[in-house]
Amino acid sequence: MSKLQNAIVGGVRRVLGQVPAGWLPGGTPDPLIQRRVSLGTQQPRIDGPDKVRGGARFAAEVPMDGLLYTALVHATIARGRIAELDTGAAEAAPGVALVMTHRNAPKLAVPPPIGMTSMKAAGNNILPIMQDPEIRWNGQTVALILAESQEEADHAATLVQVRYETERARTRFEEAKADARTPDSILIEKNRLLKGNAEAALTAAAHRTDAVYRTPWYNHNPIEPHAATVLWKDGRLIVHDATQMLNGTAGSLAKVFGLKDDQVHVSSPFVGGGFGGKALWDHQILAAAAAKLAKRPVRIVLRRSSMYRLIGGRAETEQRVALAADARGKLTALLHHGYSVKPLHSVCDEQYGLTGRSLYACESFDIVQHHLDLDVVANTFMRGPGEAVGTFAIESAIDELAHDIGMDPVALRLRNLPDRDPVSGAPHSQSDPAKAWQMGADQFGWNRWERRSTRREGEWRLGLGCATGTFPYARMPGMSVRITVDDEGRATVASAAHEMGMGTATVQRQHAADRLGLPLERVDVRIGDTSLPFATMAGGSSQTASLGAAITAASSKLAGELVRLAGNDTPLAGLRANDLEFAEGGLRCVGDPSRQESFASILRRAGRRQISVEGESSAPLEMLKFAMHSTSAIFCELRVSEATGEVRVTRLVGAFDCGRILNPKTAASQFRGGMIMGLGMALTEETLLDPRNGRIMSASLTDYHVPVHLDLPEIDVLWTDIPDPRAPMGARGIGEIGITGVAAAVANAVFNATGKRVRDLPITLDKLL
Amino acid sequence: MTPFSYRVATSTTEALAAAPDSSERFLGGGTNLVDLLRQNVEQADALVDVSRLPASIDETEDGGLWVGAAVRNTALAADPRIGARYPMLSRALLSGASAQIRNMATVGGNLLQRTRCAYFYDVPGARCNKRVSGAGCDAIGGFTRYHAILGASEQCAATHPSDMCVALMALDTVVHLDDGNEKRRLPLSEFYRLPGNTPHFETELRTGELVTGIQIPSCRAAVNSTYRKVRDRSSYAFALVSVAAAMRVENGVIADIRLALGGVAPRPWRAAKAEAALAGRAPSQEAFRNAADAELADARALGGNAFKIPLARSTIAAVLGELAGDAA
Repeated sequence: MSKLQNAIVGGVRRVLGQVPAGWLPGGTPDPLIQRRVSLGTQQPRIDGPDKVRGGARFAAEVPMDGLLYTALVHATIARGRIAELDTGAAEAAPGVALVMTHRNAPKLAVPPPIGMTSMKAAGNNILPIMQDPEIRWNGQTVALILAESQEEADHAATLVQVRYETERARTRFEEAKADARTPDSILIEKNRLLKGNAEAALTAAAHRTDAVYRTPWYNHNPIEPHAATVLWKDGRLIVHDATQMLNGTAGSLAKVFGLKDDQVHVSSPFVGGGFGGKALWDHQILAAAAAKLAKRPVRIVLRRSSMYRLIGGRAETEQRVALAADARGKLTALLHHGYSVKPLHSVCDEQYGLTGRSLYACESFDIVQHHLDLDVVANTFMRGPGEAVGTFAIESAIDELAHDIGMDPVALRLRNLPDRDPVSGAPHSQSDPAKAWQMGADQFGWNRWERRSTRREGEWRLGLGCATGTFPYARMPGMSVRITVDDEGRATVASAAHEMGMGTATVQRQHAADRLGLPLERVDVRIGDTSLPFATMAGGSSQTASLGAAITAASSKLAGELVRLAGNDTPLAGLRANDLEFAEGGLRCVGDPSRQESFASILRRAGRRQISVEGESSAPLEMLKFAMHSTSAIFCELRVSEATGEVRVTRLVGAFDCGRILNPKTAASQFRGGMIMGLGMALTEETLLDPRNGRIMSASLTDYHVPVHLDLPEIDVLWTDIPDPRAPMGARGIGEIGITGVAAAVANAVFNATGKRVRDLPITLDKLL
Repeated sequence: MTPFSYRVATSTTEALAAAPDSSERFLGGGTNLVDLLRQNVEQADALVDVSRLPASIDETEDGGLWVGAAVRNTALAADPRIGARYPMLSRALLSGASAQIRNMATVGGNLLQRTRCAYFYDVPGARCNKRVSGAGCDAIGGFTRYHAILGASEQCAATHPSDMCVALMALDTVVHLDDGNEKRRLPLSEFYRLPGNTPHFETELRTGELVTGIQIPSCRAAVNSTYRKVRDRSSYAFALVSVAAAMRVENGVIADIRLALGGVAPRPWRAAKAEAALAGRAPSQEAFRNAADAELADARALGGNAFKIPLARSTIAAVLGELAGDAA
């Protein structure tokens, strides 16, 4: 992102500031906000039974004749080159069909980077793949084995001999600071934010805190390992993938292999967890290249250790937060400076510098983030990128400030809630964090809180803590759907959208049913394949709103097409699209229910079996005119052993202000899952990079500790359910906000219990001894 | 993984019938060996499955228990005699691994499981003296959070991962061995070696020798015993420090004390110095801390594991305090 982009975004914002809201998308609140039938009700996931029975077919399970299996050999140095490479023994091993290295790999273009500008790009690691002997990170693939069975491939991989010429590698965060880069933009925002005089405010403040917070590298650990089954057929590349970027993957693979977009077909009906990690990485490209060389279909399933070597995670950060407040706790300065790892070949920002721009009203801001270049695998987005680590720093600092002032930290937050965007002054589309705080505090029993907890049970000290979570609303332009209505009055909604377990099809079926005035059982949703209309990625918590807008646009078209088709022999004759609404399986006149005709009747009279229309999500101008953020209030109760330093979280409550909730069942699962991931971030997870050679030493679920069931307390989730009048269905995305704020709430509760302020995650027991 | 043959033995004789072959390995529940084979840490030409050998738990003449090597961890933990007479053993077993793994894992295999040092497992990426004698050790100077503070050498500081063996060590358990020609009995304390200059030798087990079972002597103190495991998450993680302890107090003094530590040494660590410091003393927090200090006087940290010294001290004191109850 560049200075030019800053100028464009800034210009559009200025213009939109003058444009009446009614002209923009969301200018008129979505009528479904008031007229919900299925939306808002608990609905089980329609993919649930298939998954429980093992009927849902994942990328690594697609049957195919003549399949070859893959094993990878990873580099063991961080920088240098391959000096000698002996594949003879591997090639001679039983069952081996092919060993691919830089010596025989087909010519491959560098994948186009995931970006805001092209929806057809999904690349994370922007480096040549197996095109030369250069080694750029420890774990890079140096050889790929194809064999008749997985076991034979694995065995042959152990027989490949590699000798390297090693160069000095950059693997140390601290040393890289000397060459830190300061980008102009972070996502689509200006990186550097200076407003008012933060320095002066900090100097003059009645109360101030100033501390450095650290978060480690976190790795993706979806339950389904990254996998693809790949086939070349008649010059077309067919990929059964596990991806949250179907069209991005197809478009990128087309570029890498010099194909036209329609020569690549990607299918991914089910994904076993994405979280930002399931985009395009080296493995799909390597599998397709190997399949091309071998002229046979290929399956690649990354071992858990290979996931650590090839799939990036959440970047390590170091964040300084300084806050100033007057005697009554009114914030006068918010300073947020930091460093995070982003190698030059990496695409994704870790945008923690955006977190503090919306949370609190404040007279002055001083915010900037710097990137560090290391010889490691590219980092990527991971659930709540930016906000997950940004809220840890800022919300720990708020707790420190509250303690310093002697205020209840909830009261301090409420005192500083903004009534408009604190930086741009833009109005909120909808924002009621105070209600979330009230609901959460009541549910949790925050009135038990003491400034320093005196509660204990035996060796265990008990503590309470809280923090704010936040995540911005996003809606992608260009998301498209096709709605087909048939002469039996059934509707099918189709889009190359993604199901990573969150209930995409389930919720959009509810939406389409209400939108089209149909009962739930007469609507089908088809997603997960690039043969369906173009879809934007499932990322940035944007998919629900984007699909919502696309279905809304398509339904308007459908109304127009149907009324045209109905002609003059219909009670609807003479009505225009604006006079019509969907109801009771057809169209009817607004305000005159007697004038109506069913879909079936219209189609049959016209001699049509069905009608199809496509609609597309428009440019999300509402995001530029309004401040659109979700917030949460997270409460944590825990105990810390005086003998061992062990932390046991005994209760978590999350109260969310996210617009309307569309399906309480799937929403609760999203919130809870995010909060559990937040617990792992707070207490147990950490990628261990050995700086001597850039090797990840926690490349297994034995060594990388995700939370287990016994780590999890009772988790209550609640929501304000106040509709956002600017968002389709009144709903903002909820996939990521659950993780935000949790680490700070835990750290603050640890402080409350022990008096120890842990500023570097994870809070392992050695830090509390 | 290299290709291997596989056969099932239904008796000890059958298990030991094969020609002595140094690469033939006995397979118990496979919860560690299969991982080692899959990751190419170990290679085997042939596996002999001994998980179906007799798996009984029987009374011995001295009032102790005999446990067949093929007894599963789950079965041993659930045996009411274990729960009543040696609660520390039941707790140690249940704190290990996951329910599914305990359903598979055998007593014999548990004795012989190998360290979880990440450098030991990283065959292509790290040097390891345990894997390749004399190759060097990349763990020392690297991440040593999980490494030993007692009994380590310059060649190796990897810890023994078992929970069960920590309790067995405190109970003076004896291992029964058979190689087809000779039957031997070794106290567990003599079964395990310290790494010294030969960290690739971990036990006194001879080539072709099979663990047939263990004998747990009767122990009055063990009725009042427990096992506490401190780790990085609540379940399914290896011990940073664990403590197995049994205590019998008579007339206000400690008449019998059994103390062993896990997660701190290359083998399950019998805390003999601490035991000596406590025997005949009145139980008190001060006595417990002094005993812990006596045991940990020789402790050496590598950097990342320095916290284990204070952690071991306070965990020992907490566990002994719990066992002493009102007596302390």
